[in-house]
Amino acid sequence: MLPLANLLPESMASATSRRRFLVGAAVAGAGLTIGFGVPGVVRAAGPQGTPDTAVQPFEAYLRIAPDNTVTVLAAHLEMGQGPYTGIATLVAEELDADWSQMRAEGAWGNPKLYGNLAWGGNVQGTGGSTAMASSFMRYRKAGALARSMLVAAAAKEWRVPAEEIKVERGVLSHPSGKRATMGELADAAARIGEEMLAAMQPATEVPLKDPGSFRLIGDPSLPRLDNVAKTTGAPVFTIDVRLPGMLTAVVAHPPRFGGKVKSFDASEARKVKGVVDVVEIPRGVAVVAETTWAAIKGRNALKVEWDESGAERRGSDRLLAEYKALLDRADGVAVARNDGDVEAALGSGKRLEAVFEFPYLAHAALEPMNAVAWKHDGIVEVWGGHQMPDLYQAVAAKIAELPPDKVRLHVMMAGGSFGRRATPDADVIAEACSIAKAIGWKAPVKLQWTREDDMTAGRYRPIYVHKLEAALDDEGRLAAWRQRIVGQSIMKGSPFSAFVKNGVDPTSVEGASNLPYAIPNFRVELVTTDVGVPVLWWRSVGSTHTAYAAEVFVDELAHAAGQDPIVFRLAMLGDDKPRHRAVLEAVRDASGWGSPLPEGRARGVALAESFDSYVAQVAEVSLEGDRLRVHKVTCAVDCGIAINPDVIKAQMQGGIGFGLGAILKGEITLDGGRVVQTNFDGYDVLRMSEMPEVEVHIVRSGEPPTGVGEPGVPPIGPAVANAVMALSGKRMHVLPFSRSDLRSA
Amino acid sequence: MLTLKINGKAVEVDAEPDTPLLWVLRDHLGMTGTKYGCGIAQCGACTVHVDGVATRSCQLPVEGATGVEITTIEGLGGKVGEAVRTAWQKLQVVQCGYCQSGQIMAAAALLAENRKPGDADIDAAMTNICRCATYQRIRAAVHHAAELLEA
Repeated sequence: MLPLANLLPESMASATSRRRFLVGAAVAGAGLTIGFGVPGVVRAAGPQGTPDTAVQPFEAYLRIAPDNTVTVLAAHLEMGQGPYTGIATLVAEELDADWSQMRAEGAWGNPKLYGNLAWGGNVQGTGGSTAMASSFMRYRKAGALARSMLVAAAAKEWRVPAEEIKVERGVLSHPSGKRATMGELADAAARIGEEMLAAMQPATEVPLKDPGSFRLIGDPSLPRLDNVAKTTGAPVFTIDVRLPGMLTAVVAHPPRFGGKVKSFDASEARKVKGVVDVVEIPRGVAVVAETTWAAIKGRNALKVEWDESGAERRGSDRLLAEYKALLDRADGVAVARNDGDVEAALGSGKRLEAVFEFPYLAHAALEPMNAVAWKHDGIVEVWGGHQMPDLYQAVAAKIAELPPDKVRLHVMMAGGSFGRRATPDADVIAEACSIAKAIGWKAPVKLQWTREDDMTAGRYRPIYVHKLEAALDDEGRLAAWRQRIVGQSIMKGSPFSAFVKNGVDPTSVEGASNLPYAIPNFRVELVTTDVGVPVLWWRSVGSTHTAYAAEVFVDELAHAAGQDPIVFRLAMLGDDKPRHRAVLEAVRDASGWGSPLPEGRARGVALAESFDSYVAQVAEVSLEGDRLRVHKVTCAVDCGIAINPDVIKAQMQGGIGFGLGAILKGEITLDGGRVVQTNFDGYDVLRMSEMPEVEVHIVRSGEPPTGVGEPGVPPIGPAVANAVMALSGKRMHVLPFSRSDLRSA
Repeated sequence: MLTLKINGKAVEVDAEPDTPLLWVLRDHLGMTGTKYGCGIAQCGACTVHVDGVATRSCQLPVEGATGVEITTIEGLGGKVGEAVRTAWQKLQVVQCGYCQSGQIMAAAALLAENRKPGDADIDAAMTNICRCATYQRIRAAVHHAAELLEA
């Protein structure tokens, strides 16, 4: 995902120059709240979720309560990748808080505070592995400010110079023996905080710690903040939301994409005990019931006739055949990058060519898609895994026919997402609101997709076909490279369409057009197809296919040149690519590259930059007959300053498992436009017995932090494919591997 | 009315007899720690113990769940339960966390039966899906819980 500057219709820029940090109004017992905005405009902070409060409760980054808890209000959704823990680490570091004080909650509702700085700052969202990049300065400053206010408050109360006060692990102390917790001083700090801020010049400049004195940032032993809740079954997910009188809805969606309701017969559905209503909504027919099971049974009994005149009827095989026919076509081709003269250079030397096929992939997060909507007392509340809250606020407001400031979003943790909950049309939020509206807003409605809905109702990583051509010169150097990519655009036709420039959707070519290797004649082409299947970003987006095709082809070229794959790559990584070189060298050394392996085993390597992080992996595999085993993966990552090293390791392990499942057996196929795989029995994912041992090495870096949620994914596919080639000679050009016999070519 | 025994307590439930135990726990009793993931016993997010045996509650009609001892994540305790939870927290297993109730229940059932499971035992018993692929840490946590139980 990419910078989203100016995405929102109204520019928020007008008041920018007057914006600075703010302190919530001093109310006894309210503690200290640090926010950001225009002085005089922001109001006191109140408890989250208070619907009738006259104040905007979310204009804050952190809250220190009299009970000594420090709650960070996180701009980024917790869907497993650890941003709550990361943001709390940033605040606690500068605040000198004790880790046991720290809490986190999802925040939303003010792009001025929560706009993603890695996307330009005007819209809030979680994606593109940007949470730490966007938060690194913002939340440290908030923590540092709160610390300075607590110190000033203590100095005033104790009548001692501020310089003599120490702050350690949440406690302020003075050599005279005076001592107080942050919670004890919070109210006093709030009373003087705004005065301090008004005197600060410039208003947004806050002194921060030198990285050399970080105590929590970089500590591998910090426990995740959601560790206990998620091991005790606590109700943290949207599916766990329970409200008085709440009804549950499931929706019958059209069996083919683009289908519409022609008519429906709800007579049998209404006979199911517990079914309350059956209503048509823009995306299908909803069965609303007292319980989930009654809603599911009601839907089973529902008869819907679909108008499929505008539906997509092509199957996967036909799409693949059509895409292949576009591989050599001259018209309709957009050029993403063009260096030198590829055409001429491909005409000499040793030439190689390969065609790669990639299937549709489902995100299949384990919590099936859902949302809860409730309109009452002039507001509408929506509970969900709100990955793009500003967009969802606008959609909910429109359906509820209320101004946006009458929308209250409750940011629940998401049971996975992998991109799926960052949906430009707010799909489940829109469905939940539409159903609640269709029953006259008479009750809160939980929309719950079943696994079958989640798998068959879209959205998917698109099908792509790539053609790669390259020429090696007489010295075995790569002289020319052409990569043509054929597939659907994720951004075209979405609110993100402005990012499609000169016919190039950057998410279709990322990882290909920025290939790090020095190749004098280099060209990346894109043919965008028009298919009625809804597609979406899927963990690591374009690099899920670009990195695979490029890194597998690079290995084939190294083989053709008679060179070691790592030596071949390093020779093409110039002095301007030190971070690529460093992770590749690190993984070479850590994996024992080149050392003897037991009979029947081989190693493969791959390198990929994604979301400004650099990852290299070496996979060690064996084949028993046609059965592939990935025994071990060694991974080196450079993601800048490592804020939570253990979270980084976990994300590399998880990204590798997620990517490995997909390349081994992940595919959504269409038969005449209908999705064939309906559940985990058809769409098989990685299981325990297939998980390799993953060893992660974090390359030390003083660069600003970058992403870890996605960058672990791209290298694993090509690393495993390259190991298979080393072992059996088989070229893995068709994904998933389950389509091929892996034995010798 | 059906009478169930859940986490040591007798509970009266007014539910259609074909309702899966999963939805009785979640919707009728408000015990939301047990998760819905697939509805066809593929993913294991709904794992509970029935007379100590790890069981996928999405495929168990509530009429078949009477007269047995049901344990859910909310009621998981005892030496084994505590060891598993401690190991999970110490090794930082969770990511999104959605599958972890089921993983913990599956691990506790395994350890109750086999105090020293090997990797093959873990592969065979721990077939629950984790889309975050926390498998490496789950495996390590099962081993660690076994060590805690030995100590």
